[in-house]
Amino acid sequence: MSTGPGLGYHIVEGAAAPLPGSLQTNPRLSQWLKFRPEGIVEVFSGKVEIGQGILTAIAQIVADELDVDLARVRMVPASTAASPNEGVTSGSLSIQHSGAALRFACAEARALHLDAAAQRLGVPVSNLSVSDGTIAGPGNLRTSYWELAGENLLERDATAKVAPKRPDRRALAGHATPRLDIPDKVFGRPRFIQDLRLEGMLHGRVLKPPSPGAQLTALDESAAKSIPGVVAVVRDGSFAGVVAETETGAAAALKKLSAAASWEPGDALPDESNLRAWIKSQPVETTPISERASGTGATVARTLRREYSRPYVAHASMAPSCAVAQWSRDGVRVWTHSQGVYNLRADLALVFTLPPERIVVEHMEGAGCYGQNGADDVALDAALLARAVEGRPVSLLWSRADEMAWAPLGAAQAVDIEADLDAQGEIVAWRHDVWGNGHVSRPGRGKAPTLLTATQLAKPFPRVIAANPPLAGGGGSERNATPSYNFPSWTITNHRLLTMPLRTSSLRTLGAFANVFAIESFMDEMAAERGEDPVAFRLRHLEDPRARAVVEAAARRAGWSSWKKSDGRGHGVAFSRYKGFGAYCAVVAEVEGEADIRVRRLVIAVDVGEVVNPDGVENQMEGGAVQAASWTLKEAVRFDRTRITSDSWETYPILAFSEVPAVEVEIIDRPEEKSLGAGEAAHGPVAGAIANAVHEALGVRVRDLPITRERLISAMA
Amino acid sequence: MAETIRLDINGTERTLQAAPDDSLLSVLRGALGLTAAHFGCGTAQCGACNVLVDGQAVASCDTPLWAATGKQIVTLEGLGTPDQPHPLQQAFIAEQAMQCGYCISGIIISAAALLEKKPDPTEAEVRAALDRNLCRCGAHNRIVRAILRAAREGAPA
Repeated sequence: MSTGPGLGYHIVEGAAAPLPGSLQTNPRLSQWLKFRPEGIVEVFSGKVEIGQGILTAIAQIVADELDVDLARVRMVPASTAASPNEGVTSGSLSIQHSGAALRFACAEARALHLDAAAQRLGVPVSNLSVSDGTIAGPGNLRTSYWELAGENLLERDATAKVAPKRPDRRALAGHATPRLDIPDKVFGRPRFIQDLRLEGMLHGRVLKPPSPGAQLTALDESAAKSIPGVVAVVRDGSFAGVVAETETGAAAALKKLSAAASWEPGDALPDESNLRAWIKSQPVETTPISERASGTGATVARTLRREYSRPYVAHASMAPSCAVAQWSRDGVRVWTHSQGVYNLRADLALVFTLPPERIVVEHMEGAGCYGQNGADDVALDAALLARAVEGRPVSLLWSRADEMAWAPLGAAQAVDIEADLDAQGEIVAWRHDVWGNGHVSRPGRGKAPTLLTATQLAKPFPRVIAANPPLAGGGGSERNATPSYNFPSWTITNHRLLTMPLRTSSLRTLGAFANVFAIESFMDEMAAERGEDPVAFRLRHLEDPRARAVVEAAARRAGWSSWKKSDGRGHGVAFSRYKGFGAYCAVVAEVEGEADIRVRRLVIAVDVGEVVNPDGVENQMEGGAVQAASWTLKEAVRFDRTRITSDSWETYPILAFSEVPAVEVEIIDRPEEKSLGAGEAAHGPVAGAIANAVHEALGVRVRDLPITRERLISAMA
Repeated sequence: MAETIRLDINGTERTLQAAPDDSLLSVLRGALGLTAAHFGCGTAQCGACNVLVDGQAVASCDTPLWAATGKQIVTLEGLGTPDQPHPLQQAFIAEQAMQCGYCISGIIISAAALLEKKPDPTEAEVRAALDRNLCRCGAHNRIVRAILRAAREGAPA
């Protein structure tokens, strides 16, 4: 972790390019790091830990570029009071945004301190070296970052003119490094927001309506108030809740409140028994996504058309969402596990009509969220409760049923694909239409707040219909709708629903899961039409060498060509490049079963460019694969015409330990290529590979997820 | 209504005022300040709140205090410390066996109960023993590897 003499730093020549990553919007170096005289470096990233190990990966980058020991790096949790505004931690972009910014910021910080040291010690920079923060020159000449901390060398904007280290000179990045947060978690030390205990803290519970859009018409608060330890009963329109000295007291009071509430039901929910038809019958906004003109002039001999769908999927975090809020005369402070502290602050400012600077939002870890779970919504609820007890912090924990039924859902989608084939069965044209609700109703992006309870207040805000992020960033419903294959022509179209009876927002991979499931299922159907091997068929349509490499690696590792067919067993392959410009991933699935499908093995090959923490990438890939297997085989949010009925683990089952397949991950490391996120690469290919393997095992093609016993039976009919 | 309750927690007798019907989890996380056991569902469906009661892994959210008195209760905090870690705690660090880690406290407890009864379990036995513990991040296989490692590398203290 040191650089020898003569390796001071290297200045990048050339015209001013845009600053890397989040330096573009947060150029000040002191926004990113501070050296402390006691020998530590504080690092301020706007990205937050959500169980993906991001803080460790960023700390590795910092330690490498500065030449300090990892133990000296303090990752400061994101806060609107201190951190750079890096928007939302999502889209597998944290290494690109925050990692890139800190890599350049630290390289420049190192150079600035070397320059200052050279002046102080009276020797040229080329005679200095850095080891664990100590800057050494010839003989006994010494100084350090810590000694120079008082000189405020970082109070300037980044130039990104100092080149970061070459990948082969990095000591930590590229190597498996133990995660910084894991010791606390195995020894049971408080780490999660649910474990936060503040002086004088009270506990809240909120009353969720019996159905979406229901109005609270009458509420008798007296029984709740009579529970010992109850400090406040809060009501604002159709929002109601209790605050008590203990959680037990709050729970008891909520029971009383619930029994004393009268509701007028909201609008009817769709009929879930024919979800695909419902989705395709709604008013939509239609957008052309991609068009490639035909170049073959071939005659169309026939057209193949298939319809696919996926249901609403729940984030179903292990922890119900939680927030702590505390009001003072000046404003409110909120502790949250939101993925974007600044975005949440913006929506809270709208709801409370406060200037944003009077609101401080600080991040604390929650359970894995996989997108926008109830984190932001519960923060507003907590702030509404805490307003009634100014001065005292209130911790609000949603119930399991609140989290399942009231956190935003991953949008259900319908996908139609059509291919025109020539006389030889080669694809000459391809059409892909996708229908569904938008995938983003995150806070902080519009004039109206998107937080759940904002629509239930006495002065309600309008309900915001979920939108899709820009296509340049990967899009939403249309994510991965454009194939990575070299078909001569295609037309890709998105139909975003303009009604939203069930509230949707970001769930890992957004639309990519359904689109890749559909494309990869359809690719297998077409390979079968031609009697061609599915791996060979894909390779014949892939030109990008990195794409071909993952397909070949997965097939080789899985022993694709030596597979022995037998009754009730099948294998299947699928590929995608996430967002069309992200990580490359190919999966081979092996399944067995008759009535219930069991996935035995998932073999994954992935290319995420330069790997910062190989064990972190493997962990993300394994986790993504297992979660995707759970979505594919089991998960669908159930509802009747008035309410979501999947409100517990019993009514929303996920894959259990004994059902989890073996997962093998092969990482194709490309140290010279830009790092790409790993967290969402596996989901789509896993679904496609499982569906294709099920088809080989049972001769049944399930096109409506999940692949349950019922779906198999109806597909056989 | 509140009564004086005595509990044997991590080898120490603790006395507190609570209703006998209150859940064990509520006093662990509340009055006793032991936050390792987590609330996940409140209905014994996820295992995040598991603690050892006389060596059995039980859901503390669903265990009333009257059912816990007179029994030895061990939480993750009582299983081991950084200076004297339980083999499972060492193995979970060695295998980096989690993503978010919210479920891990309950999972280590279930594994500790298993290893007490069966010091050398098969992989299938480990998976069966964890079937009432949910993990949403997909860290299952790492967790199973960690438990098998703990079984190999050291008998529980």
